Amino acid sequence: MPLRYWKVRPYVLTAGRTRTRTPLLVHTLVSVPYYDAVFAAGLLPEARSLYENARRAARSVAELSAVCGISLGVTRVVVDDLAATDRLLVHSDHDNVDFRLLERLRDGLRKLA
Amino acid sequence: MASASLPDSPLLTSAKIVIAGGFGVGKTTCVGAISEIPPVNTEAWMTAASETVDRLDPGIDKTTTTVAMDFGRLTIGPDLVLYLFGTPGQPRFWPMWDDLCRGAVGALVLADTRDLAASFPAVNYFEQDSDVPFVVCVNLFDGVLQHPLDDVRAALALPAHVPLTACDARDPSSVARALLTVVEHAMSRTPRPTAGALAAR
Repeated sequence: MPLRYWKVRPYVLTAGRTRTRTPLLVHTLVSVPYYDAVFAAGLLPEARSLYENARRAARSVAELSAVCGISLGVTRVVVDDLAATDRLLVHSDHDNVDFRLLERLRDGLRKLA
Repeated sequence: MASASLPDSPLLTSAKIVIAGGFGVGKTTCVGAISEIPPVNTEAWMTAASETVDRLDPGIDKTTTTVAMDFGRLTIGPDLVLYLFGTPGQPRFWPMWDDLCRGAVGALVLADTRDLAASFPAVNYFEQDSDVPFVVCVNLFDGVLQHPLDDVRAALALPAHVPLTACDARDPSSVARALLTVVEHAMSRTPRPTAGALAAR
């Protein structure tokens, strides 16, 4: 059977899921705590692409989505799956912005202004 | 600290500022001016497909627009990264705004004094539909402020508590000052940590 027009629908990759266990915002940082080449080789192409791209440095969910060419919704679900087994580390979010964070941002921006 | 740059460091923090405003006010330029990575967007994809949909003034030589995600990155420190997210300009992408604004430190609403009406929807959104602190910023096309800021404030019917500033979206330090205004405005609305909370860290 020719595979020329073979295509995977997004809901196949996510098994129909659109929500994640933990909230993953567009700027949430994701990294690989320890890289496992054997594990990577066994992943589906999309998951592998995300895993490899988060390997060298922490990247945001939006960056991973853009770099891997995978839609934001699918990226979220697949990242969440990898994080559930501790293959990816989701860096804690400041869903509630705190004062100390703002101070650090202010000081950093002042250097650029 | 040296270990903060290692991928396994648990200390990394990210923050986000949303860059909003009407279609063609310079959001992508603004993100690109200060981002350390080329602004990631899908402009090229949009160019041909939207020609008949997104009509621009003949006076404005803009041939592409931002369809979905448009963002830049700014490393503030070894353990802190600031992301800038440009909102999709056209009303049909509005469902994405809630998603982009969730968890944002603040928003910078760009305005073009030649077409203020283009930024009305963005101002409305942050005034009524969002808790994200926002600052309105006149983009100085050609580097000149064409109208006094007080007139712009009146034209936008902007309440006194919303800061109004101006910047040149092409100039990195000018954009940094505008972002600084957003952060300072957010600070004024965030309770300071009490002494007890600090000691608990």
